[in-house]
Amino acid sequence: MAMAVLWTGMVAASILCGLAMGNGPAVAAAAMEGAAAAVELCLSMAGMLCLWMGVMEVMKRSGLSEGLSRLLRPVLKRLYPDFAGDRAVMDNISANVSANLLGLGNAATPLGVQAARLMSRRTPGTASDSLCMLVVCNTASIQLIPTTVASVRQAAGCAAPFDILPAVWLASALSVAAGITAAKVLARLWRG
Amino acid sequence: MDLLVTMLVPLIMAGVALYAMARRVDVYDALVQGAGEGLGVLLRIVPSLVALLTAVYMLRASGALELAAQALSPLLSALGIPPETVALLLVRPVSGSAALGVGAELITAYGPDSLVGRTAAVMLGSTETTFYTIAVYFGAAGIAKTRYAVPAALCADLAGFLAAAWAVRVVFY
Repeated sequence: MAMAVLWTGMVAASILCGLAMGNGPAVAAAAMEGAAAAVELCLSMAGMLCLWMGVMEVMKRSGLSEGLSRLLRPVLKRLYPDFAGDRAVMDNISANVSANLLGLGNAATPLGVQAARLMSRRTPGTASDSLCMLVVCNTASIQLIPTTVASVRQAAGCAAPFDILPAVWLASALSVAAGITAAKVLARLWRG
Repeated sequence: MDLLVTMLVPLIMAGVALYAMARRVDVYDALVQGAGEGLGVLLRIVPSLVALLTAVYMLRASGALELAAQALSPLLSALGIPPETVALLLVRPVSGSAALGVGAELITAYGPDSLVGRTAAVMLGSTETTFYTIAVYFGAAGIAKTRYAVPAALCADLAGFLAAAWAVRVVFY
């Protein structure tokens, strides 16, 4: 329902605002253009998106995820000290993080959800500090190669759609660092 | 450094393929299967993009987005964020497909290599659909008391937006 409210609100607001500002005809023309633009965009994204999904499948089958998750484990144990000794939870979290890094979103979510379920057994109904940390880390994007955005840029006629990678890594790292810091600080301040 | 970034995509492709060959994976079969799944992903996003790009195009044509950008422009400029991205900031934590629609419109309208287009792309690439993720995780774990998870996650989003605008300026300008 949230999307229904959002969409209806956008359409109603653009008609009201268009009429008030004398842009009525432009709104009418835009209503015809948007849908066609969406299909064109998807068509011109298709090649690159499919290629990268293919490369990701190769990563998945070659065990790159498992290798990465072994590398990550020591770092993650420090982030979740309460569960450092819990093999099942740490396995799921490190697999979740490595899948997120490689952009395997469909694989990452079930792993993270499984970790969240196991963690919630200790404190049923209430989010423990570690569980909050897991959720905060999953709401920040750490995908190394943002495939979809790059294909949108390529569809818009960009010669080097991946030239944003260093900026994306920088912004992702800062965003994750801010989330972890906020969670650590709030863990001390929050009562109840 | 520039050459490395330019060559990154083919280098990753070759590196992954060689590593997979060494692990005796049928690289070609995996590549083709994954590419096929890519079509499925596209088919899933087409319907929502059709709906959302229509609404976003109408909103832009009506002048409402400019109005919102103007209203928030002093605040956003002070933070170093291009005011044109205002709709993306508002919709990003709520809906992934709406954010993709708004972002794609910005990238197309301003050009992929413009300041606004690049900032929008980096924002899309470095943030997540926060409320959706929170709903999925806490829903599955049966958590009613979410404590400070929402404010902490929104801190990460805000930092992501600020960092995206800053990183684009540092890397490109």
